[in-house]
Amino acid sequence: MLKKITTVAGVVLLSALTACGSGGGGGTASSGSGTITMGFAQVGAESGWRTANTKSIQDEAKAAGIELKFSDAQQKQENQIKAIRSYIQQKVSVIAFSPVVETGWDTVLLEAKRANIPVILTDRSIDSDDTSLYKTFLGSDFVEEGRRAGDWLVANASGPTNVVELQGTTGAAPAIDRKKGFEEKIASKPDIKVVASQTGDFTRSGGKQVMEAFLKSQPKIDVVYAHNDDMGLGAIEAIKAAGKVPGKDIKIITVDAVKDGMQALANGEINFIVECNPLLGKQLMELAKKVVAGEEVPNRVVTEEGTFTQEQAKAALPQRQY
Amino acid sequence: MKNRLLWPLLALAALLLLNLIVTPSFFSLRMQDGALYGGLVDVLKNGAPTLLIALGMTLVIATRGIDLSVGAVAAIAGAVTCVHIGTSGSAGTAIAGMAIALVLCAVLGLWNGFLVAGLGIQPIIATLVLMTAGRGVAMLVTEGQIVTVNNTAYKQVGAGFLVLPISILISLLVLGLVAFVTRKTALGMLIEAVGVNPEASRLAGVRSRTIIWTVYVFAAVCAGIAGLMISSNVSAADANNAGLWIEMDAILAVVIGGTSLAGGRYSLTGTLLGALIIQTLTTTVYTIGVAPEVTLVFKAVVVIAVCLVQAPKARAALSFRKVAVPS
Repeated sequence: MLKKITTVAGVVLLSALTACGSGGGGGTASSGSGTITMGFAQVGAESGWRTANTKSIQDEAKAAGIELKFSDAQQKQENQIKAIRSYIQQKVSVIAFSPVVETGWDTVLLEAKRANIPVILTDRSIDSDDTSLYKTFLGSDFVEEGRRAGDWLVANASGPTNVVELQGTTGAAPAIDRKKGFEEKIASKPDIKVVASQTGDFTRSGGKQVMEAFLKSQPKIDVVYAHNDDMGLGAIEAIKAAGKVPGKDIKIITVDAVKDGMQALANGEINFIVECNPLLGKQLMELAKKVVAGEEVPNRVVTEEGTFTQEQAKAALPQRQY
Repeated sequence: MKNRLLWPLLALAALLLLNLIVTPSFFSLRMQDGALYGGLVDVLKNGAPTLLIALGMTLVIATRGIDLSVGAVAAIAGAVTCVHIGTSGSAGTAIAGMAIALVLCAVLGLWNGFLVAGLGIQPIIATLVLMTAGRGVAMLVTEGQIVTVNNTAYKQVGAGFLVLPISILISLLVLGLVAFVTRKTALGMLIEAVGVNPEASRLAGVRSRTIIWTVYVFAAVCAGIAGLMISSNVSAADANNAGLWIEMDAILAVVIGGTSLAGGRYSLTGTLLGALIIQTLTTTVYTIGVAPEVTLVFKAVVVIAVCLVQAPKARAALSFRKVAVPS
């Protein structure tokens, strides 16, 4: 046991040393001719949001003339790490991925760094002290999304308000940040209390099952705050089954603004949606070209997004792409 | 026999008791729009797919096999039906879609049976093929999207009520049928015989291969119906998440129920108890408010406890009086 620990400690120390030593090496491994190949390790297809995100990346890669190698990790970190390793072996020009969880990426990203392959994070960030492991992070500001949801509730709540929270996948950046931003804002109003909070894994059936249990264990629920539309849609089903009216008896706030969610918002079953824009393909390809060419890029690029009320949803719905 | 079911029964009772102490309202039942409404009803409704899959799994395990592909098959069933229904709201389309899905599931079961009984591949490997490939097939069918449908007839399967949830009525009906067919005829004994020794059974005149083939088809059809329930419960087909890890829950339900993974012996009542324990555990986590970070640990502790008390040594130690009573 002790031997194992010392070995592990040794490896950690070594990698820390090399990490310090190799800063500033700007060259990139280009694969053959002038075309850029991008290895993209997607989280999965867990929601409508994600599939819109995937489609945007695939379409924009084609439009930009970038050869895309795409893999689907089915929400598992080990699959994503495997995919990234295989991209390193294939010597792609740039690796992009949406980390399924925040931690545990240092080793594999260090491998990419040693192979001189730049890494772009999309949509979700990682939790690492070493910011040299990736060139830039393109994506939404989840804390800000949580704050926007909190702001709306603070502005619209009257009297004591009991909130139940449907969290995303435990450990995922959007789940942690959307919770944090929301709590930050509602702290200003002691009347608003989060009485129960549980993970619904970003899925409809998860949201429905958790909401069913909340409806039985909580005597009074005024607001549901779901970390994505799909869990909110599941919660709507559970609320209806309990003989209550979603959007009226129990108000619903969600994040994402996918088509099904917007439809429910327009129908008055959801009260407020904070947008999280999945169509970041174009920005990603522009960044990839710059990074491969060795140009400097800002280490944080935020996607443009807004919020929707019921009236705004009715107006925006016809032009919604996803 | 009775003794074997005692511990799962106690575990279930303990879980329910925990709920009663923490949230007394868990047991309150009322009628809501002609349907029974309450925490216990949720356990039954959400546990129905696991129970159904565990039933199929019980028979497969009794022949000394295992079927890892049930989750993927469930995803395919939901995907095929939802894609077939599309925007239609008619009951006919829903029924046709479900029929197509179940026939397809039976074909997938035949494939598993072919690999195991026909080619003699080890069950865990043979069904692993479909476990991984099946999800890909479901993704192809739905084109990677979550397919949302709006069909009242389809919604009944997973979210409908005839006082009790329709899903649990279906599962209990299948349980009754299986119990009747396998325990009132020789089929159950033949399945167990195949599990004990397929070759010896064949020499004794039992059609081992046909029986193995049949249990895999049955398991796949059960998985298909469960897939319909899961997808119908939320009126959407999610190729990625529908039935994800449900094969593990099903195997666990079978094992908790006292069926040996070595084959040759099975208990349907045990499987019923096992499935109920697993679903009660999940619902308990939500109701008593176990923090999401420790949910898996909580579940693991309960499962380990249940398995431990069932271990032969633990049972011998726990039944003080009956130790060493030769008959």
